Amino acid sequence: MSKYILKRLLHMIPVILVISILIFGIIKLAPGSPVGTNLDPRATPEQKQLERTRLGLDEPLYVQYGLWLSRVVQGDLGKSFLYQKPVKDVIGPYLKNTFILNIPVFILAFGISIPVGIHSAVKRYSVFDNFWTVFSLIGISLPSFFFGLLLIYFFAVKIQILPINGMIEAGSNTTGFAYALEVTKHMVLPGLVLTIGSLASYVRYTRNGMLEVIHQDYIRTARAKGLNEKVVVYRHGFRNALLPIVTLLGYSLIFLLSGAVIVETVFNWPGMGRVLLESVTMRDYNLMMAVMMLYAILTLVGNLLADIGYALVDPRVKVD
Amino acid sequence: MLTVNETAVAVDVNKAQKESIEGPWQMAWKRFRKNKLAMLGGIILLVLVFGAVFAPVISPYELDDMDYSQINKAPSASHWLGTDQLGRDYFTRMLHGSRVSLQVGVFAVLISVVLGSLVGGIAGYYGGWVDNLCMRIVEIVMSFPFLPLAITVSAVVGARLPAEYKMYITMMVIGFLSWTGLARMIRGQILSLREQEFMQAAKALGLSDKRIILKHLLPNTVAYIIVSATLGMAGAIMTESALSFLGLGVAPPTPTWGNMVQNARDFYILTNRPWLWVPPGIAIFLTVMSINLLGDGLRDALDPKTK
Repeated sequence: MSKYILKRLLHMIPVILVISILIFGIIKLAPGSPVGTNLDPRATPEQKQLERTRLGLDEPLYVQYGLWLSRVVQGDLGKSFLYQKPVKDVIGPYLKNTFILNIPVFILAFGISIPVGIHSAVKRYSVFDNFWTVFSLIGISLPSFFFGLLLIYFFAVKIQILPINGMIEAGSNTTGFAYALEVTKHMVLPGLVLTIGSLASYVRYTRNGMLEVIHQDYIRTARAKGLNEKVVVYRHGFRNALLPIVTLLGYSLIFLLSGAVIVETVFNWPGMGRVLLESVTMRDYNLMMAVMMLYAILTLVGNLLADIGYALVDPRVKVD
Repeated sequence: MLTVNETAVAVDVNKAQKESIEGPWQMAWKRFRKNKLAMLGGIILLVLVFGAVFAPVISPYELDDMDYSQINKAPSASHWLGTDQLGRDYFTRMLHGSRVSLQVGVFAVLISVVLGSLVGGIAGYYGGWVDNLCMRIVEIVMSFPFLPLAITVSAVVGARLPAEYKMYITMMVIGFLSWTGLARMIRGQILSLREQEFMQAAKALGLSDKRIILKHLLPNTVAYIIVSATLGMAGAIMTESALSFLGLGVAPPTPTWGNMVQNARDFYILTNRPWLWVPPGIAIFLTVMSINLLGDGLRDALDPKTK
């Protein structure tokens, strides 16, 4: 197994390299020069030239790429002109906030969708199944930003019981338990939007996976043996339906991070999505590159986790 | 020698056989027609497409007509969906917005279908290092989180272009980022089709590779392509609306449902002028839902195995 993981990790290196070249290329396509982002606007041409040389902007592109890459590998992601601090220090807290929002969503979405999906497949076309089918259809088709806005409208105008914006009250300096409570309250609405969005597709996914299994002969055999229905469904059926779910677990990491961009914007949650949008609209290229790289690495980790999970659960997958 | 009676019977048998022979498309259509939800989705979509195509004819006002005496009016008999901050009729803007949203959806899907089936077809047919290379490319494109990349690319490329071209950038960004799933599926299909006898026949006839891929292999995967294109269109419309909502997709004054919902980012409009953001939001929802219904129905009709 460790050999398999090692091999997969080695496999990731060329992919990361190509991704870094692409990101570098995208940034180079962007209008405006990075000179001046660190400089006083009244800088003389000589000072500007000095800065160009320092940043290596007069070198050919491949040398620039090499310089950039070697700095990145050493952990130097440059300075964000928007925040006036090293990019590394900017990203940390925002990444943490994104996880604070997404981990409960992840747990809730899987905790609900797996039993619901199994039950829907076993009792196909029942009232329960039909309810969740309609729920999934609506959840998949409802744009998250629109759903978020509807919630804000409802909670801002009709019943003002939940905060609709940000992570804490403006100017609040609560600590300890009071702080946790405040953050939790702010999490309810964005969390709801994200949970319903993920639930909708996970329920569908689990149900389809389970349906493929439940009508197979060995399930009939298990029933014919007189096994308890619970044993048939969970021990015999679910074990084989687990494969697609394990894959989904890995990919959902990516799915959550991507989806959160919109929801974080709508609810003004100070997370990665907001940093990305800020860096893109304000053209803070160092920050933008770092965020993109981070997203790409998290995606690769998600893929890797999915593959490892797959190999762990299914002995038929060739590990060597 | 046949008696009169016997000929009559023989004719009857012929007739009966003719009626019972159905092509796979007719069978699929029959299955599809029985699926009420899918039919409903198709009908809603037809109405929307009709509205989009004939928007300039149907709309009660001109797209950019501004009436300063009628600013920010709530829906009424003369302005069905009210007017915006420049006194433009909102129903007219909704109709024209549907044109843009649907166009972006169609062209984005077209790009992704062409790319996906070509890459998948080539990878599956040639195998070996070609397959390896194609699949590595697919893997790399897949390793990008879709939305963040779409945001970055449309912002960076879009910044160099005037607002009216942003629509085409959005189409291309969505198209070029969403072909990978289809490519993988087509490749898998072709790997198994390649081993079948009609392929030996095609090769024995000395047909060119191009002809084999385009005329013999890809047509066999057309059911999958149709289903994935339909569901892909729902996704493309959703992505376009999200990008436009964030201000990175189609830019005003070109109306799309996404940038019309963007009005609601102004808190006063959000709470006091719901007619400026609720109708376009519902329109996106309805469109995406009807396309999803249609796509699910098509999948069930074209591929009875999944049922």
